[in-house]
Amino acid sequence: MTQTADVTASALDEALVQWLLRIGDTSLILGHRVSEWCGHAPVLEEDIALANTALDLIGHTQMWLGLAGQIEGKGRDADALVYRRDAMHYRNLKLVELPNDDMAITVMRLFLFDVFHQALIEGLTQSKDPRIAEIAAKALKEVTYHLERSSDLVVRLGDGTQQSHDRMQAALEHLWPYCGEMFWSDAVDETLADAGLAPHPDRLREGWLATVQDILTEATLKAPEGRLDVHLGGKVGRHTEHLGFLLAEMQFLQRAYPDADW
Amino acid sequence: MSQEWPLWEIFIRGQHGMSHRHVGSLHAPDAEMAIRNARDVYTRRKEGVSIWAVRSTDIAASSPSEKGPLFDPADSKVYRHPTFYDIPDDVGHM
Repeated sequence: MTQTADVTASALDEALVQWLLRIGDTSLILGHRVSEWCGHAPVLEEDIALANTALDLIGHTQMWLGLAGQIEGKGRDADALVYRRDAMHYRNLKLVELPNDDMAITVMRLFLFDVFHQALIEGLTQSKDPRIAEIAAKALKEVTYHLERSSDLVVRLGDGTQQSHDRMQAALEHLWPYCGEMFWSDAVDETLADAGLAPHPDRLREGWLATVQDILTEATLKAPEGRLDVHLGGKVGRHTEHLGFLLAEMQFLQRAYPDADW
Repeated sequence: MSQEWPLWEIFIRGQHGMSHRHVGSLHAPDAEMAIRNARDVYTRRKEGVSIWAVRSTDIAASSPSEKGPLFDPADSKVYRHPTFYDIPDDVGHM
């Protein structure tokens, strides 16, 4: 092995850890947001369905962050990464940290993310890294069901009553400028894409727009004309003020009683 | 809620079961969502391979107050159980 090859290998690992933090943190924070409905959803059936979705996403987090910790090699497991990092070290999309506010935003956010997530996970099943392909294969069925469920709800609520329609349209306008971050890329994404480990985010944009447009039309909703990529930065650790509050609640127990177990 | 969703009875056929069994009920606006909700409420632990949803109002039920006339007459008719036959030895274990 020449020295250059070694440097290249470690550079790839470094990018891989960053990439895993991004996908793992995004699953975690969305999972946590969805779990906030547990015991509060408008009907029991929706409450349980949302809790199932949250648990699926947190299950994916365990796999992604577990692998991140393993490759990082500093002795941090998924729990350490989740409970012992501050907001600026989180790498999730800004879209997923926004508060739930109401069911319209909750459902619309899940839908806008699920379209992207399903395409991403499907692409990742072809990853040249078998560890990534294996996690993606496990997640694919769940993610496919999430998309089925959320797009169905978007159509029902969009094409529902005047009130549900207006609230879904408002939710769409609110979330739209955050969606562009899903397709934003930097050197980390380039490195992973060049190595055949993950699809380039930019390549997922067109398919996303087409699917989203189809469902919105069916839901009698109108895609906003404004830009998608107004609010960026989550992937490099610049977050909204909301993430800190979320972490304060999520991490409280481990911060107050380190290594508490039950 | 002023407009409650209708009630559905949920039947699930288990991994090795031959027939669908009643597992409970839930609310849903239509059949499609009744099945979706049943998936989330009743098959979280991989209980089933097939789901039936039936509107509760579509089920015809016998009245509990008629329990006596309906079922008691079968009480003293032990001969309806096939326990009085001598099984020939040639038949072997049944």
